[in-house]
Amino acid sequence: MAPWSVNDQKIPQGRLALFSYVSVVFIVLLLIGFWKLQVIQSGHFSDLAERNQIRNIPIIAPRGALLDREGRVLVDSYPSFSILLLRDDPKALEKTLPQISDGLGISNTDLEQQLDAAKFEPKFQPIVIKPGASQADIAFVESHRADLPVLELMMVQRRRYQHGEMLANTIGYVGEVSAQQLDQSDGHYRPGDIVGKAGIERQYNDQLEGTDGMRRVIVNSVGKAVRTLDDVEATPGKPIQLTIDYDLQAVAEADMADKSGAVVALDGSTGEVLAMVSRPTFDPNDFAVRIPTSEWAKLNTDPQTPLLNRAIQAQLAPGSVFKIVMATAMLDSKAIPANFQAYCPGHAEFYGRVFHCWRPQGHGSIDVHRAIVDSCDVFFYTIGKMLGIERIHDYAVGLGLGRPTGIDLPSEQSGLIPSEEWVQRVYHHKWYAGETISVAIGQGSVTVTPIQMARMIVAVASGGTLVQPHLLKNLATIQEGHFPLSEDAVEQVTQGMYGVINEGGGTGYSLRLQNVEFSGKSGTAQLMSYEAGAKLGKKGKNTNGWFVGYAPRRNPEIVVAAVVQDTDLHGGTTAGPVVRDIVKTYYEKKNAHLQQQATTTSPREPASPQPILAAQPASAQHP
Amino acid sequence: MKDRPRIQDWDWPLAAIVAAISTLGVLEVYSSTHASGMAGMHWKQLMWIGIGLIGMFLISRIDYHTLMDQAPALYMFGLATLLIVLVIGHSRFGARRWVALGGGVNLQVSELMKLIIIVVLARFFTDVRTDRLTLRDIVKVAVLTGIPVGLILIQPDLGTALVLIPVAVVGAFLAGIEWKHSAVGLVIIALMIPVAWNMRHHLKPYQQQRIETFLHPEENPRGAGYQILQSEIAVGSGGFWGQGFGKGSQNQLGFVPVRYSDFILAALSEEQGFIGVCVVLLLYLGLILRLVDNAQKAKDRAGMYIIMGVTAILGFHVLVNASMVIGYMPVTGIPLPLMSYGGSATAFVYMALGLVMNVRMRRFVN
Repeated sequence: MAPWSVNDQKIPQGRLALFSYVSVVFIVLLLIGFWKLQVIQSGHFSDLAERNQIRNIPIIAPRGALLDREGRVLVDSYPSFSILLLRDDPKALEKTLPQISDGLGISNTDLEQQLDAAKFEPKFQPIVIKPGASQADIAFVESHRADLPVLELMMVQRRRYQHGEMLANTIGYVGEVSAQQLDQSDGHYRPGDIVGKAGIERQYNDQLEGTDGMRRVIVNSVGKAVRTLDDVEATPGKPIQLTIDYDLQAVAEADMADKSGAVVALDGSTGEVLAMVSRPTFDPNDFAVRIPTSEWAKLNTDPQTPLLNRAIQAQLAPGSVFKIVMATAMLDSKAIPANFQAYCPGHAEFYGRVFHCWRPQGHGSIDVHRAIVDSCDVFFYTIGKMLGIERIHDYAVGLGLGRPTGIDLPSEQSGLIPSEEWVQRVYHHKWYAGETISVAIGQGSVTVTPIQMARMIVAVASGGTLVQPHLLKNLATIQEGHFPLSEDAVEQVTQGMYGVINEGGGTGYSLRLQNVEFSGKSGTAQLMSYEAGAKLGKKGKNTNGWFVGYAPRRNPEIVVAAVVQDTDLHGGTTAGPVVRDIVKTYYEKKNAHLQQQATTTSPREPASPQPILAAQPASAQHP
Repeated sequence: MKDRPRIQDWDWPLAAIVAAISTLGVLEVYSSTHASGMAGMHWKQLMWIGIGLIGMFLISRIDYHTLMDQAPALYMFGLATLLIVLVIGHSRFGARRWVALGGGVNLQVSELMKLIIIVVLARFFTDVRTDRLTLRDIVKVAVLTGIPVGLILIQPDLGTALVLIPVAVVGAFLAGIEWKHSAVGLVIIALMIPVAWNMRHHLKPYQQQRIETFLHPEENPRGAGYQILQSEIAVGSGGFWGQGFGKGSQNQLGFVPVRYSDFILAALSEEQGFIGVCVVLLLYLGLILRLVDNAQKAKDRAGMYIIMGVTAILGFHVLVNASMVIGYMPVTGIPLPLMSYGGSATAFVYMALGLVMNVRMRRFVN
């Protein structure tokens, strides 16, 4: 066989030429491909290139501060850092998770849950794994830039509730905008924006939130900003001054610290809310940083409902405080003579059923004044039967019970004042006359909110003016309702409430204050009837203790409604001191203020030796 | 008739085209890396070109017939190195392709295999001696090519493995494959596609991802489709005239993946525009046509097969790389010859051109 190289074949010129032609065709096709991208679609790709390299970084506007009526800061905002987790590279991420978990003190399962929740988001969108990073967290991220490039810091504005739980249920809290709000906002909100979720934060969200600014930066392929193009500064949100008086609020909070219930204090002439407490409560600072899932579940499912603002949302039986409505109805309607007396042997029978008085030995013969002071049940059963449910309903609703007060807070509840119409509509049967007897002492199906009770007392003591409770100091329009009451009725009922505190035998006698026309009415509402309680063998904590107190006796400056829930004590004993302490602090402050004014405005004149805060008019003296 | 090959007989117009492409390559490597942590890469590339030129000179000195005499030994040596690299080679980017040559220099041995397969197949086709390939011959070619392709696939390096195949295809075409055989071959390839498609789950994850990427580039802008999309954005935003040297945002800010190597054409497209692309692609067309011209003027079939083997590889590289940059083909890791940064790849191209010069300078020698 000849060696391999012996080959005298000619070069296949034709095939080589064909190869050349094919090469030309391929190059032309490639050029057409480039032409398409570079000439025809050039604009589209230029846009994409620009979008690639230009990032709009929002500059978060700080939310407006919340101040008390004297300008003391209750809530403000401060810049803080959030730690972001970049998710471009899932494999690298998985390996670093344990280190991140250790370094930042976030549990591994929590991290995985967060990653799981975001798995349908675009991968280049980082997730916030730790808002409100501490100095140590920031140091951790900074020192691990090289080996943990998946961590990034972002500056945000964070809400700071200066006094923690104080006023929490009223102020509410902020949180990430919900998907629903996002849809409805028409582009106003971006995902992750912080908005007011409850209370004042929600009610006045529009004023509180500022306008975010925008920084346009050039970034490289790993998202690092290399140059700033321009800045649009953020416009901070407006501060809001509340009607709350920090000093009164502090007293109310301290008194309610270990109790469950609510307190609301109103300025009697304007309806300004001076203090508002709801217990149990929560710390809104927990919401300002992302609240751990478990914590949120606990708050939401806690049977004690710490998120509820009981001052406006708890619908409770008013108990004996309702007797003020009854007395007013009796005296104003003149359906019953003012000097009417009932005989109380400790119980009475109505419609074939025995109703007990709280005092088993009875009150004997008793008139309306002593019936208020001693809170005699049999007296009010008797006039309840005489007045009838419709008249009771009209007076209760007229005085603002069973309907929202219109306070500037979201989700106010209305409570319920039963009537024949209501029973017909809801239960489709006629009114049971016996039910009227229970209603007469604020039991049965009557429910009210604490703020309604405060307003009702103001309305009675001021002759029928229904103020609109509000929290915004400069509220533009304040609604005022009128339910005119006769002077005789007002005088008699307020004398009764003055007697509750200032007459021997009154249910609030231990609460009286010097130099203050402190008046009020206690109530002890049973959560179930005596009989049912006895049957269940339940003893003890099955009553709500009420006290609504105000001063002075006519045209009150301040009114405080307090309810202490789940107690076995009388309202005058549990809620009474809370009300007394607030009223006392109110006058101490006013006293000090007047004294200071006297010394600073007219230093040459001798200061008034004894500032009279609530001079007791002769008519106030009880015989 | 001269009796001694002389360096004056090199193809100097061809050398000029090569010099022009290499210069554009070095400039674009500089533009892509000068402002980054990889600054100074263009000096390294110049060094590789220098090494390539020495290799080119040395290879052109040894008569290609002498080289082809040693084809069986070269083939065995090539297969041995491929086996060795599988055993002791070290991984980079998840593939075993490299052997340390000492002094921090790593050689990608599959580049060496490209040179060897050119010589081996040239000898085989010369040995056929007819203008009609038998089925037997075709099977032999398939086996000769298939063994190194398989070994390189195991590394795994799909790109380089594929590059060997055009040498066989072009060689068979020139050796006179029969229509019926090529038709059957096409049918077999057509049947292989669905089989390969079903086999894709056996591919390495990075290869699966590359296929996914190619089919659905926009699905996940930061994931699988990211490279192709960023490359297209770079090319498209270059427009007709380009953004200017060193001014392409996609390139300078690092959005273009491996912009100094596999995607250097995207970087150049962004900065030099369609005009720049025309210059580059026409230079490559000139290179190929000039190579074919050399093949046509070769003294014998052996020389022609050598030159066309080189042409097949370079042409395939240009076609696949440019198609990938504009999203017409998946990312296979095939660099653009003479422009992409890379030591072994650059040295290979220059040594392959040394084979061409080898044939060229001996065309008048007896």
